Amino acid sequence: MSGVKTKRSQKAGRVAMPEQAPEARIENFDEVPLGYTDEQARTEAMRCLQCKTPACCEGCPVQVDIPAFIRLIAEGKTLEAAAKIKESNCLPAACGRVCPQENQCEGLCVLGKKGEPVAIGNLERYAAQYASDYAARHGVDGPVKRPASTGKRVAVVGAGPAGLTVAGDLILQGHQVTVFEAFHKAGGVLSYGIPEFRLPKRIVQEEVEQLARLGVRFELNHVIGKATSVHELLGKEGFDAVFLGVGAGLPSVMGIPGENLGGVYLANEYLTRVNLMRAYDFPRYDTPIVRGRNVCVIGGGNVAMDAARTARRLGSERVSIIYRRSMEELPARAEEIHHAREEGIAFKTLCSPLEYLGDEHGMVKQARCQVMELGEPDDSGRRRPVPVDGKEVAIETDLVIIAIGGNANPIVTKQTEGLALNQHDYIAVNENGATSCPGIWAGGDIVTGSATVILAMGAGRTAAQDIHQYLCDGNPSTARCADTA
Amino acid sequence: MSRVLKKTELVPGIWQIEVETPRIAEKALPGHFVVVMADAFSERVPLTIADFDREAGTITLVLMVVGASSLKLSRLREGDDFYAVIGPLGHPSAIRPVERVVMVAGGVGTAPIFPIARAYHEQGVEVVAIQGARSADLLFWTDRLASVSAEHVVATDDGSAGRKGLVTEPLAEVLAADSPKRIGCVYAIGPTPMMKFCAKTTEPFETPTIVSLNSIMVDGTGMCGGCRVTVGEQTLFTCVDGPEFDGHQVDWDSLMSRQKTYHVQEGIAFERMLEAHSNS
Repeated sequence: MSGVKTKRSQKAGRVAMPEQAPEARIENFDEVPLGYTDEQARTEAMRCLQCKTPACCEGCPVQVDIPAFIRLIAEGKTLEAAAKIKESNCLPAACGRVCPQENQCEGLCVLGKKGEPVAIGNLERYAAQYASDYAARHGVDGPVKRPASTGKRVAVVGAGPAGLTVAGDLILQGHQVTVFEAFHKAGGVLSYGIPEFRLPKRIVQEEVEQLARLGVRFELNHVIGKATSVHELLGKEGFDAVFLGVGAGLPSVMGIPGENLGGVYLANEYLTRVNLMRAYDFPRYDTPIVRGRNVCVIGGGNVAMDAARTARRLGSERVSIIYRRSMEELPARAEEIHHAREEGIAFKTLCSPLEYLGDEHGMVKQARCQVMELGEPDDSGRRRPVPVDGKEVAIETDLVIIAIGGNANPIVTKQTEGLALNQHDYIAVNENGATSCPGIWAGGDIVTGSATVILAMGAGRTAAQDIHQYLCDGNPSTARCADTA
Repeated sequence: MSRVLKKTELVPGIWQIEVETPRIAEKALPGHFVVVMADAFSERVPLTIADFDREAGTITLVLMVVGASSLKLSRLREGDDFYAVIGPLGHPSAIRPVERVVMVAGGVGTAPIFPIARAYHEQGVEVVAIQGARSADLLFWTDRLASVSAEHVVATDDGSAGRKGLVTEPLAEVLAADSPKRIGCVYAIGPTPMMKFCAKTTEPFETPTIVSLNSIMVDGTGMCGGCRVTVGEQTLFTCVDGPEFDGHQVDWDSLMSRQKTYHVQEGIAFERMLEAHSNS
């Protein structure tokens, strides 16, 4: 591309992605951003400076070669761009939509110092969509390197972002991979947690199907730790290595009165009912959901934004985010906060629930909250919220959704002999994702606690590299590895 | 693949289904449950495993038609596959070292209590079974329960079989007559109000009372938190902490109000399904 053209494009500023208007989208569950056209994508791609030492790549937990794929888009080689991303990221359509780019790649883009950074997430999404449309039209996936089989078998427990990454990486190294999933659909949090309007489920299923076409086997409805133990996978089931990516579990409650009233949900349940079980389409789908008029969502992360925006789409008149710190400290992705505000979600910050009161039928009717102010910074560096003496507010509500994070799921951790846990009951691993048990790796939320899709994928990538090493070095006589073939 | 091998209507509205599911049968123990889906549109429904046959690779489920989801499950035909059967879930029953145990079964609760009663019986524990139902035509598995019990009392609301009245009456009598005290614990499984009142009945006798809760659930594997219940001062999860709990510690009123959360929607779904069926 010519330097002149590039310069002009940079001055023109970032190409905004077209979106559904707020007043229209609160009536449906369709995706909010509509995607770039080819023209828009090329224009945005040309803004990239193609830095010699690209800072953006350092911000990517799975080390996507960002300038390379952007250059391919600018050159009109979008299929190659998608293939380039897939060398390091098996879920680009999901990541383009849900990664917190402002804290990662885009946050480090040099263009961001004076103006707006390159829309890396939007471009990733565009390339992934282009490749998947191409596959649908032509019945073939883009270029994929097919490795020689090593004859080694890997069991991946949990079909979420970490597990799918491990599966994608190891199948491309020539290992046989079986993914065990407790739910009736693969995808983990991408399927049950993130709403349709942010990440359409057909896109998740498409990324899963691509993995299946590469040869990954999926065993749904199979609870490891119950139907089959982790040690049985390595024993009688004959796997050479196991990766545990079972996700966090057991949502937290604050331990205040009234949390178990009717109409009080933990966000995981609320979102699972709507996303995985399709309660928004009740009674065509059998799973029901409470549709409140005045909704309070407790918490300020992405899950809270997802729950609030879901409630809005289910016809709630007033939806409020109740958050104990200020707008500055909201941990959610910038785009989610922006979209939530556009959709009329109210933010009641410096406010923390003390108690929920119920009506005569045991259904929630009021949240009694403590007014807070910001004090000294805490361990996280954020200013600590402290109660303002004697100042309380009462909020009328008929639906409360608690989104304050979770704890470790005990099913695998407590039933796997010899598996070392940390002080919070998450699985302890070394820098390569290896656990205390030989042949067993772990990564994602079951190691770190609730985090992001991309961090789980990064952990999956690290573990996959180590598993590959182990499968090659551990038993060198039985197989040649793909990368030496 | 989980296939319906055999389906029998035990009494009007209560079905016994033999499911071919070897992996689950291999690990099933008394007290375990499964989560089932009839088809891709279904709710995820938790059902206690009522029996299992490891050699045949089957489990037995007993379900009562109370709404859309159970109606749909009851309509699966022999040879059909469930969309999903997940398990075995929850903690199995801890078979305690007691001399004598009372098993109180209410309605469809007879099914989940049977394998626990049998496990005690096989350990040489003296089992007193108290089986209740609304009327004689709703009693099932009386022979099976009697076969593992030293004493078997039947009570019906209308007196059409056994004695007339609620199960709490014979329960109180058995406890009162237990002198010197040999009853180590009481199990009560059935509708939530029945379990609540059994727990109230045993409280003055200070007899440990174990109940198996049928909370509303979605995943059943410790993820969603929908099945949480207040036990003592704690919030616990039926799917991974239970399903059996100390009946004297359960906050029954909170549990019952949570169970009514979807009362209106359940009615809509049930009518819709009945209509669809009559039109087809």
